[in-house]
Amino acid sequence: MHSRRRFRFLGSMIFAWATAITAPQAPAQVPARPTPAPPAGRSERAPDYPERSPAPPEQLARGQQLFKGNCSFCHGSDARGGETGPNLVRDQVVLADQHGELIAPVVQNGIPGRGMPKLTLSATEITDIAAWLHSQPLSDRGAPSTLDILVGNAKQGEAYFNGAGHCTQCHSVKGDLAGIGGRYEPKMVQNLVVSGGGGRRGRRSAGAAPPQPLATMVTVTLPSGQAITGELDHISAFVVALREPDGTYKSFARHDSIPQVVVTNPRQWHIDMLPKWRDSDIHNLTAYLVTLK
Amino acid sequence: MTSTTRLLLLIPFCLPPGSLVGQGLDPALLTKPATDAWPTYAGDYSQRRYSTLTQIDTSNVRHLSLAWVSRLTAGAGGGEGGFFGPPGTPAVTGGVAENPLNIPGATSGSPRLSGSILQVNGILYVTAPDNAWALDALDGHVLWHYWWKSRGGTHIGNRGMAMYGDWLFFETPDDYLVSLDAKTGQERWHREISDFNQQYFSTMAPVVVGDHVLVGTGDDLDAPGFLQSFDPKTGDLQWRFYTVPMKRGDPGLDTWASLDAAQHGGAQVWIPGSYDAETHLYIFGTGNPTPAYTARLRAPRDAHTNLYTCSVVAVNVETGKMAWYFQTSPNDTHDWDSTQPAVLVDGMFGGKPRKMVMQASRNGYFFVLDRTTGEHLLTMKFSDAANWAGRINAKGQLERNPDKDNTIAGSLVSPDNGGATNWIPASYDPQTGLFYVVLRELYAMYYLTTTDPRVMVGLGGSEQDVVGSLGTSVVAIDYQTGKLAWKYRFEGTGGGYGGATGLLTTAGGLLFADDGSGNFVAFGLRGMRLPVPLWHAHIGSIGNAPETYTVGGRQYVLVAGDGAVWAFYLQ
Repeated sequence: MHSRRRFRFLGSMIFAWATAITAPQAPAQVPARPTPAPPAGRSERAPDYPERSPAPPEQLARGQQLFKGNCSFCHGSDARGGETGPNLVRDQVVLADQHGELIAPVVQNGIPGRGMPKLTLSATEITDIAAWLHSQPLSDRGAPSTLDILVGNAKQGEAYFNGAGHCTQCHSVKGDLAGIGGRYEPKMVQNLVVSGGGGRRGRRSAGAAPPQPLATMVTVTLPSGQAITGELDHISAFVVALREPDGTYKSFARHDSIPQVVVTNPRQWHIDMLPKWRDSDIHNLTAYLVTLK
Repeated sequence: MTSTTRLLLLIPFCLPPGSLVGQGLDPALLTKPATDAWPTYAGDYSQRRYSTLTQIDTSNVRHLSLAWVSRLTAGAGGGEGGFFGPPGTPAVTGGVAENPLNIPGATSGSPRLSGSILQVNGILYVTAPDNAWALDALDGHVLWHYWWKSRGGTHIGNRGMAMYGDWLFFETPDDYLVSLDAKTGQERWHREISDFNQQYFSTMAPVVVGDHVLVGTGDDLDAPGFLQSFDPKTGDLQWRFYTVPMKRGDPGLDTWASLDAAQHGGAQVWIPGSYDAETHLYIFGTGNPTPAYTARLRAPRDAHTNLYTCSVVAVNVETGKMAWYFQTSPNDTHDWDSTQPAVLVDGMFGGKPRKMVMQASRNGYFFVLDRTTGEHLLTMKFSDAANWAGRINAKGQLERNPDKDNTIAGSLVSPDNGGATNWIPASYDPQTGLFYVVLRELYAMYYLTTTDPRVMVGLGGSEQDVVGSLGTSVVAIDYQTGKLAWKYRFEGTGGGYGGATGLLTTAGGLLFADDGSGNFVAFGLRGMRLPVPLWHAHIGSIGNAPETYTVGGRQYVLVAGDGAVWAFYLQ
């Protein structure tokens, strides 16, 4: 599929990532800005598809009651499909219907051969049912999740943290990770375990924005032997640019291996781990880190 | 008026389409490799995106310079003009919406140029969602601009126009096929091609084959996919081929849990296919099954592979009937459709000459098939990062590792949603025998966000958070072994889509690409060795795949991005 919104989401993720990985947010002396909240779905502009005007609550109540009594046995109490009847919310006829005019013939005639009986419902009753059906959200896409992601074993996570994971080479539960379980939602903690920092709040996650990652550093050594070190601003095969500790911006043209460029990403360990992770270790580490309140 | 004069006046309207000349497209061009035109989506029907032109080559490409840049503005146009400029050219306006939606990039501002640009007889034909332009290929001067008043639809992009004689065809996000007169930009007709109520949206560049305009559409709900053929003259529907079973007795129905599941099963056709004139087969990739992120209601058992989702499919253009299919990802659960270019290659395989079709898929695997029969020849992983598949089965298909589905606790999976590659054009170069494709190696945590599969309509039920990347590269695949000859990583593409807008190779030994840092780059190809960048221009964001052709005997290289079209040549 190639939905616009998904790509926009990806685009902003990638922007955050490209920033995280290749360039610091700002010179070191400027406090890092918090990552802005993600745009709220499509609300920033007109919806792609026309939205139906809401029906009066009493009509929706009547429609729901009628649906319960006549339809839910096959189609489920939420119209999303039951043992025998299909999901009506995504149904072609329901999607095209406005006020029951397309649903009525199906209800009143049934669908012989597919188990749909004729129902003796009046045109008004079918209009009420249609209004209720149209009020049902099409998909839970973008809806906040309430599921608990914590399935790991905190004890095993702690053992991994102090042992096989070599996490203590850079991190300390009394230092940089102190209280991490109180600062972020479990999903954010877990994403940080893998990413090592940066990124952004999940599309639907609550809680604080992620911490900014440590800056990627670069040292450029000129043919004269002079070495310039700073935070990497951007790099391609043709240009490398950095900011020195005092904020001075410098850029250098690159020709093959001249000048010599050495990039140091403080999160390199996390990148190198990407192909190696076992999901169970990620889950266990998360279970452990969320206990650090 | 005498009857003789009346007869003479009628003659121009009676000419068969093959004799349309002048500004129009000679249909014979469509079956030849591109040289002095770019007459169809991929330059020619093979989708190789390889040009036989040699004016620009490895020895002189460093002298490539800007011929012109043309900035375009979306929407109705007109107005009083700027302080420095004359009044804007008003657009020819079409569309069915009484109150058109205001969509930046489509109704105003800088248009999203991310499709192929046709070049026929010195005129360029450019599209963005709801917009089409004709430009003089010598200086980028706008000859006409057409604007479609939209009723909505997902405005993700428009992949270009198709041409037949003097007629142009393009799709709109609100599901119309529009035909324009190439000389004036005036509308000839429009036809509704899919149901807006079911939230279809249409981006594909139509493909003209003979007297057929082949048209696909897209959808992010649970709607069936299909390919249609329209009459270029009248706009009448010739045939419709559904990519999922739609009624009892349809082939493939036993690969679905129910007929209802199949009828809502997706397999959208949103990227142009290739065409094999010998067999009359149009070969294209299909989209993912829907609901995208759960198999529980559509594929509860292993036998439920959900045909013909995530497949390479060959359809006879005259009949609209399927000749063969190959499913790359049975029962996909990651939204990794197989809508990547199906590239036609004639060459040796296993010691004998073969007519093949090749695809580097969004799922991270490369496939080679015999294009006359669909026989599977090779499956090979081209993404080191891809970690979702359990094994390759006897048919050469990937089998999912269920641990790498969306899970409540979260699974670390590569590729991310965008895929190891996507719709973006790949290239095959017969001089090196290598298949080039942009590879993205991103990882995401895939979270299932509900335990009720019934609410997971379309793209529901999943949250995916990108958590890292091994970078973005161009890779060269030796199709005979599937092994990578080389992998050129774009620096500065830590997590990006960077570079992922498509490739072009030429007989001048060059590979043109976007490096993801805003540079348009010409690489010198060196066979099995890493290519070397020989020329670049920083033009900012690049939105489409590069193209090349000659105008007036001179070779141009064309690329678009950020609302502008850029043409380069040797000064």
